[in-house]
Amino acid sequence: MTSITGSGGHAGRELGPPVTSIGVIGWVRANLCNGWLNTGLTLAVLYLLWATLPPFFNWALLDGNWFTSSEQCKASEGACWSVITANIRFILFGFYPHDLQWRPLLAVVILIVLLFLSRNRRFWGRGLLYGWLLGLFAMGLLLKGGMFGLVAVDSDNWGGLPLTLLLAVFGLAAAYPFGVVLALGRQSQMPVIKAFCVVYIELIRGVPLISMLFMSSVVFPLFLPEGMTLNKILRAQVAIILFTAAYIAEVVRGGLQGMNRGQYEAAESLGLNYFQTMRLIILPQALKIVIPPSVSILISAFKDTSLVVIIALYDLLKTTQTTLTDPKWMGYSAEAYLFLALIYFLCCYAMSNYSRKLEKELDTGH
Amino acid sequence: MARVQRMVPAVVTALCLTAGVAVAGTLDDVKGKGFVQAGVNGELFGFGKPDEKGVWKGLDVDTARAVAAAIFGDAEKVKFTPLTAKTRFTALQSGEVDVLTRNATQTLGRDTELGLDFVQVNYYDGQGFLVPNKLGVKSAKELDGASVCVLPGTTTEQNLADYFRQNKMTMKPVVIESNAELAKAFFAGRCDCLTSDASQLAGIRAVAPNPTDYAILPEIISKEPLAPAVRHGDNQWKDIVNYAVLAMIEAEELGITSKNVDEMTASADPRIQRFLGVTPGNGKALGLDEKWAYNIVKQVGNYSEVFERNVGAATPLMLKRGLNALWTSGGLMYSPPFK
Repeated sequence: MTSITGSGGHAGRELGPPVTSIGVIGWVRANLCNGWLNTGLTLAVLYLLWATLPPFFNWALLDGNWFTSSEQCKASEGACWSVITANIRFILFGFYPHDLQWRPLLAVVILIVLLFLSRNRRFWGRGLLYGWLLGLFAMGLLLKGGMFGLVAVDSDNWGGLPLTLLLAVFGLAAAYPFGVVLALGRQSQMPVIKAFCVVYIELIRGVPLISMLFMSSVVFPLFLPEGMTLNKILRAQVAIILFTAAYIAEVVRGGLQGMNRGQYEAAESLGLNYFQTMRLIILPQALKIVIPPSVSILISAFKDTSLVVIIALYDLLKTTQTTLTDPKWMGYSAEAYLFLALIYFLCCYAMSNYSRKLEKELDTGH
Repeated sequence: MARVQRMVPAVVTALCLTAGVAVAGTLDDVKGKGFVQAGVNGELFGFGKPDEKGVWKGLDVDTARAVAAAIFGDAEKVKFTPLTAKTRFTALQSGEVDVLTRNATQTLGRDTELGLDFVQVNYYDGQGFLVPNKLGVKSAKELDGASVCVLPGTTTEQNLADYFRQNKMTMKPVVIESNAELAKAFFAGRCDCLTSDASQLAGIRAVAPNPTDYAILPEIISKEPLAPAVRHGDNQWKDIVNYAVLAMIEAEELGITSKNVDEMTASADPRIQRFLGVTPGNGKALGLDEKWAYNIVKQVGNYSEVFERNVGAATPLMLKRGLNALWTSGGLMYSPPFK
């Protein structure tokens, strides 16, 4: 290079690329104004943003009401976030006794801390396992009470965010291993097990979750002897687990079938038995392949927990809707649903973010 | 297969047996578990809905509390199960709830085929229309060709169709799932008028951006006697629920309120003495404590107090007594003598 520039007489001075093709301007030209069509689209999008964003910010933030009464909200043009702040305790904790609501709050905090710690694979080990066991016990104790001087709270009174997280976290945690077992069963050589798994998976996938929840809450009690009632939350939880497991099973089966035949043969030639083959060779690889589809199932299962509203469990969605039936707050559904969407988005985004991280870490390149 | 065939009669027998158990002794069951399990609405302001602290409020809720007060002498010994319009009757049939106080309209079909028994009506409702003034309509008869916002799956939808057919008019129903969304759609102009129970219309109008722009039409197009229900066949339990509602009405007629009930026990009026259990007899007849009616009035109130507290002029619903006034003031609330 230097010899060429040197021969041109501009000793020691390199010419940079033209200013219009680097930096901000270059990026804009390359990505936004690349040809007439793209320039037009860029302008159209800019116009749309200009037309919608300022009014939205005016409505949501500048004119927004945060801690006012419903009458003041009505007089104002802006968003009425007071519908959230005035009812936040009912929205988050439902029927949980008002002066005991620190307990579900603490339980949720414990759960989030544990989930956050589990995110980092460096902490995976015996300590974290004990942490989870201890945490689960503490959460159960906090919610249920009845020991160590905590007043007992009936599970009928659980609601809001703790209920949503409970249904989601336990539903997903229990459905995943169950789904893996079902997938293995479907691949099995043993006809009875195979038939059972196939029938189970096809049957469950053939009905919508709503009808399973209805069955668990409306039809199932008719078959129980009078006076014997199974906990409603438990019934819904079991329905969610059974349902999600069937979908997980099919995804995992995809991973199992994607494995090279040679992996099985290699395991056999090493003299590993079935369980060793699966645990040491096949599943670690198969489950890694299916991380993206299983996470999308888990995300949709998380959102599906809101279907428990139809069996009158007061999850986060239902408590919010109940708030909106109060004549004082009836007109503010946009604000309430935006708030809900934010909570759901945070949870789902955390899940998909984690899955990408896991994928990257586990990518060992074969 | 043969095994399955053998199992079918067994299952059927078991079902019949459990159904048999359900018929007898609800009172003993309730006393055994220590609380009344009541099915309520959960989303209907003024009738059954939790407030921002999660405390249940409403006319139906207070009716269930009256039953608890009659049985246990403690109006708080009641647990509420929120039920949807679809699950409410199954929940009662399966024994999940002991009494259904969920603004259910008493009809012949429900009273017979569904295996329910309705007791004294606790609210006489009827279906009406809410219209914007700018529509220029003064009577429901002028609504020909209108689009109507309506909730699905209730008697409301059916009444609406019946009314328009009777009057040889056409309409376009706009079906929306929840009450809050229904109001929003109506105020946004997605339909010309909104139909719902009259008890709801005033509340919906109150949340309008400008309530004076809207009017409730004079026509009431249906009869909606909202009554608590119990399972068919347990007569003692039905009597208790029935007289718990009637006690609130009788108390109003006798002028007994939660404030003056203690002084009233000293009253010389033999009707009041019998009612409050100073002269025993009524409690024994129902299988309850003699102070059952006293406890209802003391802890829950008489019908007027319950009405005003939940749906009356001081609430956002601002309902007038109308049909729900005592018979002595031109309404339909009439209790048989307590003796």
